[in-house]
Amino acid sequence: MTKTIVVTSGKGGVGKTTTSASIATGLASRGFKTVVIDFDVGLRNLDLIMGCERRVVYDLVNLVNQEASLHQTLIKDKRVENLYILPASQTRDKDALTIEGIARVMHKLKKSEFDYIICDSPAGIEKGAKMALYFADEAIITTNPEVSSVRDSDRILGILQSESRRAKMNDDPVKEHLLITRYNPGRVQEGQMLSVDDIVELLAIPLLGIIPESPTVLDSSNAGKPVILDQTSLAGQAYSDAIDRLLGESKPHRFMEIEKKGFLKRLFG
Amino acid sequence: MGIFSFFRSRQEPRSASLAKERLQVLIAHERSDRDGPDYLPMLKQDILDVIKKYVAIGEDQVVVQLDSQENCDVLELNITLPDGTEISPKDDPKQSAAKTAKKSRVT
Repeated sequence: MTKTIVVTSGKGGVGKTTTSASIATGLASRGFKTVVIDFDVGLRNLDLIMGCERRVVYDLVNLVNQEASLHQTLIKDKRVENLYILPASQTRDKDALTIEGIARVMHKLKKSEFDYIICDSPAGIEKGAKMALYFADEAIITTNPEVSSVRDSDRILGILQSESRRAKMNDDPVKEHLLITRYNPGRVQEGQMLSVDDIVELLAIPLLGIIPESPTVLDSSNAGKPVILDQTSLAGQAYSDAIDRLLGESKPHRFMEIEKKGFLKRLFG
Repeated sequence: MGIFSFFRSRQEPRSASLAKERLQVLIAHERSDRDGPDYLPMLKQDILDVIKKYVAIGEDQVVVQLDSQENCDVLELNITLPDGTEISPKDDPKQSAAKTAKKSRVT
């Protein structure tokens, strides 16, 4: 049974592509056949984050327009077995996508026995974002602890609840997960940043994970390697925890507090 | 955090709590718009069409808002009539002097 998960946020720059790359990589390394689709037609970047930018030949629009086969379009990841990337087109715009076209692609992926389809949504609430979330069974709402991001997340939740296929067909609602990224417990403790509890209370959806702000995220995108593959990094470990929870395991949340410092360190910073 | 901040009291104004308060108000408001009855946009369109029969008026000059209070819902119509509006049915020229901001409340 194929599960379709959209990674969305409304706001740009909060970590949707980073999250899509790590979630897809994490699921594939647990043995699930996984494809991650870039819906950001015209501004593709998933290929860069996944490190396969030089291997793109055909793209989502070619596939939708039946100019290339699924086999020709999918890029097989070189590091992780069972992982495939479906890049967006860089030369077209979002009008090139239609619900019918995407439905055909989804159908083909289901027939190819994928366990997970991860949809990396573009920012905004326009056509591209609506296409990305339309077929979702579950949604990962990527949110930064920051006012505009929280507001936009609530807006996108409204769209999920009214404009997804599940909403329109009166099916069970899309299962929502909150993923807080770029979290800085130190600043939360200083009262300068919204806390996990604040955000959970405001958005009122279950928490999937907290990804701490970490320099390794930038290092990983520089190298074109999903951060989850770096298990020495706290962000990488946090994504692994999120995968466990996505698969139904209950795991206590980490990275909510700053690491305990000794007396001398507290005194002299 | 150095030696000075270690001894300083931590009770400075907290911007995070301000952020939370602002978001609580805003999100509640935006959700009420979103969860409002489906007929609201159609109602607005119908009201607009009726007014348009008499006065040249733009889409954004009719604001229809539904607020929930303790035991009743308040439907508020805020219609801004432009200055020196022409009334197309020519029977009542006096009304063409209708001025701005007429407010009516229906409960």
